[in-house]
Amino acid sequence: MSVVTPSVASLSGLTARPGQPPARADAPVKIDVDRMNFYYGAKRALDGISIQIRANLVTAFIGPSGCGKSTFLRSLNRMNDIIPATRVEGTVLIDGQDIYAPGVDVVELRRRVGMVFQKSNPFPKSIFENVAYGLRINDMARSKAELADRVEESLRQAAIFDEVKDRLQDSALALSGGQQQRLCIARALAIRPEILLMDEPASALDPIATQRIEELIYDLKKTYTIVIVTHNMQQAARVSDHTAFFWLGRLVEYDRTDRIFTAPAEKLTEDYVTGRCG
Amino acid sequence: MERVVRHFQEELETLKQRLLAMGGLAEERTRVAVEGVVDRDHDAIQAVLSGDEPINDLHIEVDDRCFKLLALHQPMAADLRAIVAAVKINTDLERVGDLAVNVAEAGKRYLQHPPVKPLIDIPRMGDIAQLMLRDALDAFVRRDLALAEAVLLRDDELDALKTQIFRELLTYMLQDPSTIEPALDLLLISRHLERIGDHATNIAEDVIFMVSARDVRHQPVDAPGPGGRG
Repeated sequence: MSVVTPSVASLSGLTARPGQPPARADAPVKIDVDRMNFYYGAKRALDGISIQIRANLVTAFIGPSGCGKSTFLRSLNRMNDIIPATRVEGTVLIDGQDIYAPGVDVVELRRRVGMVFQKSNPFPKSIFENVAYGLRINDMARSKAELADRVEESLRQAAIFDEVKDRLQDSALALSGGQQQRLCIARALAIRPEILLMDEPASALDPIATQRIEELIYDLKKTYTIVIVTHNMQQAARVSDHTAFFWLGRLVEYDRTDRIFTAPAEKLTEDYVTGRCG
Repeated sequence: MERVVRHFQEELETLKQRLLAMGGLAEERTRVAVEGVVDRDHDAIQAVLSGDEPINDLHIEVDDRCFKLLALHQPMAADLRAIVAAVKINTDLERVGDLAVNVAEAGKRYLQHPPVKPLIDIPRMGDIAQLMLRDALDAFVRRDLALAEAVLLRDDELDALKTQIFRELLTYMLQDPSTIEPALDLLLISRHLERIGDHATNIAEDVIFMVSARDVRHQPVDAPGPGGRG
């Protein structure tokens, strides 16, 4: 897989640069992770991750397969809890609150921290119901009219309303892949999260559908803090403000996206973004 | 689909506006330098000598914008040509700014002597160089091929004027050696103005490449015949 196989020694000392904030340090810290380790059983998948993710910006995680970027993303709303024998060390604060502290309501956490997956996964229900579902189970609409309003608002935010407004009662499964993915984004937005985690949201889509998702991400950051995992470096370059490069379970470099792609500080980052390793 | 594209297009538009601002400054400084020489206006000359900073700042800013657009958006086809053209136009405009300073430097020395002769062709050269610059940048902004091609043709006028100035000044210098020093400075000024025209020509060539993907550099320019062609 790699031309350059860095020794662990060459990576050591990285944790001594704890999540140094990139240049947009004016944006408030939304997610503050300190020396986080993550284990699948005995295997350490994440090693001393420290990072401060800023509010209302798009932060991209890049790195080769198996580098831990998706594991890390999923740890931000405790999606890994459902995998047996996993364990977290260190702290993950969202708005200053430790999300792994005892007594944290995981359902409430996931309402605040929404997620969109690589493969669109609409419920086998109507387009309307897909978006309304979260609102109903969370008791977030007091009347039918309010429910309809919230559904429309979410579909509009996800830039899909105009395409589906005349067939809201049709099955969501009849939509194209790109539309399904935007519907899933609408579904995530309906319950008004503060953070949107996106795990390869466009990797199963064609270039045009991908562009629509990217344009959407660009628009959504006004309202949400967005964290996106992508193995497509060009996508990270186009959509994100900050980029974090992961390698072998470690955070190698975290900086403004333009710096990562024009003048990264670490040799390993340079090798990865220029395609010399990974 | 328009929206990420729209974001990129906005950045591209800003880039063009910054280049245009730079072009405006370069043109203005050329005008002031030439007027300073013609009107024997020491203040105007001094203003050009000490005011190169805004162009230099824009030079760096425009390069930085191009660099980021290339790295972050990986533009293709027309967009790629536009940014590569912008990089080159940026260099040309910065050089024009330097040449305006060179005109002012020669002008400052020239003004220490009595006038060699009434200046007629120098202001004409200044006017043509400014016009070429303005047209080249208008062509860039409007993606106007015909205008860009007109700039290429006008470069010959500038070259002819420079040769004419040289021949004329030679006669003064041969008659009266005390005119050699100021006449040399006038020659230098005409040379600098001719170079400004060359940079405008480069810009026009880059515009033609940007718009039509046609490389017209290092090729003879066909002037239309008296009755037009075709």
